[in-house]
Amino acid sequence: METYQLTVNGQKMEATADPTTPLLWVLREHLKLTGTKYGCGIGACGACTVHLGGEAVRSCGVSVAQVEGRPIVTIEAMAQDPVGRRVQEAWVAHDVVQCGYCQSGQIMTAVAFLKLTPHPSDANIEQSMGANICRCGTYVRIRQAIQAAAQQLK
Amino acid sequence: MTVETKSRAKHPLSRRTFLSATATAAGGLMVALYLDLPLSAQAPGAGEGVKYPPAAFVEIRPDGKIVIQVNRLEFGQGVATALPLLLADEMDADWSQVVAELAPAADIYRDPMRGIQMVGGSGSIRTSFQQYRELGARTRAMLVEAAAQQWKVAPAQCRTEASVVHGPGGQSAKYAELASEAAHLPVPVAVQLKKPSEFRLVGKAAPRLDSRPKCDGSMRFGLDLDLPGMKVALVARPPVFGGKVKSFDDKSARSVEGVRDVFEIPLVKGGSAVAVVGDGFWPAKQGRDKLQVEWDLSGLERADSARLWTKYRELARTPGNVAAAVGNEKAMDAIPATRRLVAEYEFPYLPHAPMEPLNTTVRFDGDRAEVWAGSQFQTVDQAAVAQVLGLKPTEVTFHTEMTGGGFGRRAVTDSHVQREAAEIAKRMRGIPVKLIWTREDDVQGGYYRPMHAHRAEIGIGANGMPMAWRHVIVGQSLLAGTPFAGGIKNGVDDTVTEGVADTQYAIPNLHVWAHHPTVNVPVLWWRSVGNTHTAFVMETLIDELATRAKMDPIAYRRKLLSPDAKKVRAALDLMEAKSAAWRSKLPKGHAVGIAAHESFGTGVACAAEVSIEKGQPKIHRVTVAADLGIAVNPLSVESQFQGGIVFGLSQLVPGGAITLKDGQVEQSNFDSYVPPYMGEAPLAVDVHIVPSAEKPTGVGEPPVPVIAPAVVNALAKLTGKRYRSLPLNSL
Repeated sequence: METYQLTVNGQKMEATADPTTPLLWVLREHLKLTGTKYGCGIGACGACTVHLGGEAVRSCGVSVAQVEGRPIVTIEAMAQDPVGRRVQEAWVAHDVVQCGYCQSGQIMTAVAFLKLTPHPSDANIEQSMGANICRCGTYVRIRQAIQAAAQQLK
Repeated sequence: MTVETKSRAKHPLSRRTFLSATATAAGGLMVALYLDLPLSAQAPGAGEGVKYPPAAFVEIRPDGKIVIQVNRLEFGQGVATALPLLLADEMDADWSQVVAELAPAADIYRDPMRGIQMVGGSGSIRTSFQQYRELGARTRAMLVEAAAQQWKVAPAQCRTEASVVHGPGGQSAKYAELASEAAHLPVPVAVQLKKPSEFRLVGKAAPRLDSRPKCDGSMRFGLDLDLPGMKVALVARPPVFGGKVKSFDDKSARSVEGVRDVFEIPLVKGGSAVAVVGDGFWPAKQGRDKLQVEWDLSGLERADSARLWTKYRELARTPGNVAAAVGNEKAMDAIPATRRLVAEYEFPYLPHAPMEPLNTTVRFDGDRAEVWAGSQFQTVDQAAVAQVLGLKPTEVTFHTEMTGGGFGRRAVTDSHVQREAAEIAKRMRGIPVKLIWTREDDVQGGYYRPMHAHRAEIGIGANGMPMAWRHVIVGQSLLAGTPFAGGIKNGVDDTVTEGVADTQYAIPNLHVWAHHPTVNVPVLWWRSVGNTHTAFVMETLIDELATRAKMDPIAYRRKLLSPDAKKVRAALDLMEAKSAAWRSKLPKGHAVGIAAHESFGTGVACAAEVSIEKGQPKIHRVTVAADLGIAVNPLSVESQFQGGIVFGLSQLVPGGAITLKDGQVEQSNFDSYVPPYMGEAPLAVDVHIVPSAEKPTGVGEPPVPVIAPAVVNALAKLTGKRYRSLPLNSL
């Protein structure tokens, strides 16, 4: 076990864990930030997506030892992010969620994507969101919500 | 407006007292019966005759908040918005003040028609429509009575709106001000319900109550549960279903820092496994990875997909037990070979793979226990935990957790997940332990939609319509070996033959047979159950017959539909009208496919616009129409249909199958079992609801069956090929 100094959602946090522990489980079990979800553990579903140094990253695939010193942002901080807030509002306005379990990851992916691509085409959306699984099948509404958020961010 | 799971909230004392006092009033069922008796042998459910008392379902708080207990699991289907909507409408409640809570396991919360607390068969609205409306009307009547007594006027002189009672002399009182007085009044037996034209909320699009917490990370799902001193358990299960632990070496596993205990537990159906308990997921996972287990797999059937196909194909060519016999069995003999069509179909095992992996938390305190689970069968799972721990079901507090999908996977009659969790808790007495199934455990863990073979022989009349239809279906029974086995009639499980044996089409000579082989692979209902494969077979064959007859596929279906298939007909008409514009001007390289199917009382028709990109179907647009009675929340219906369409596409996506080799599942996670991603989903799905004042019918499952045949019917136009084996690994 080692103790790591992490910067999560702008706050300094400390976690004592085995160096191989994925960031996902440090966020969920050590820091009690359970908005980040476990879906597959192999980076295939996107439910655990967080922002690491501003990029959308699957937190199941990076260990706590790899992220020390880099800013980590989770779904819990999206309401304080101007793009994040817009995306969340668009999600609510379009009644996107069903079970909702994958939606933290969908929103985190969408926010990082919209920051890079403020005027996305359908193809851009499919390319960026195309590796996140929603078993409830909310994809049509995710597309609509992203387009709406992009409109409002103009 | 929010939905809360109640696991961490205290029950108001009044309701707690009430629940224990009326624990057997609702259904009067002995929970233990469910473990070993067929459902048909048990006492019927309470039915619509029982007068549910509002106190167990509605709480009006001093601040005006109205907390409504939802007697179902919410796992995406929207029931925790729709049931409160029904109650609030009849109650004339201020909708903006409504909060939904998922009710714990208790007799009063059993499905009024089915006798157990459950979600399944697209029945939550169907079977609680009357119940929740009456609850709302009763609550309103009691509030009005309280106001009328205060004002010394007749209740009939009062009216209600948005949580306020208005009196004849301009008096008014908020529900919150009347609540404690009203609670002491007798519960009225007969109440007047609104006419559909009087609904204020029902029938209008209501955004989900649980959207916001699901968008900001604050919604707590079962897997997010965090209790003081809680441990996490993972289980190493045998590589072949039914295997047992011969011996295990836990030395390295125990050397992992944070691993607290390693021990053997029994599994359902005679197997056993090794549980690893750790301080968190990662230590438990590392411990499990380091565990050395020698398995006893002797005497076990090693299911193998290739060998099963050989057997299933042979069986499909022999008649089995009779599932339907209409008209003359010899009618085929009179039809020349040139007018016969023989088609053989193959469908693989399919996992449900809900996004929230299976999990259950149990704390065993010796004389009682507490459970937190996302369960579609609370009554059954509560009884199972009680049995493992040697308790009575009433000694097991069972919290219904907000849940990340299920699609049937959390409606398991043997409660195997809860039993595992209880076995672990039994050893870890006093410590809450959260059992987590990893995604690998889920994909490899069985309880799949069974594999099926179909063989249909159709004799076509001179008019191009089917004259004789002989159809054999091969697939494991879903009901055999469960408390529902009484549903098997004459050796036929109609959850396997539904959609063919009771086809919506008027076929003068129809003979359907079923074989239900026993295979060492646990199987389970998968969203829309038998219709997943039967609708595919019927709707692709009907399409092929229409093509042979050189008829429009919609017109052909309309001609062949039986006169009483009114709902499918209405859906077909609406779909035709709503899709006419785009169907008439398809871009080059695009084709449209049609399918229509009734299931769970709901008629559905769909048109899909498809092209081929990179060797795979690209679905540009889907128009779907449904006749489902009153759409309680049309917004939720739209979402369920859009999502159900994507779920149905799971049948087509390359890699969307579970296969077994020598007893072992060949897939392990989303890299090898592939569900639809955004790219496989339609770009747009427009949903249209047939206007209706009839009672609501199913919503969650009916959209699933139509999409795969519609897409494949479009592909057939593009490639000239027929697709009879799923998934579509190549076109």
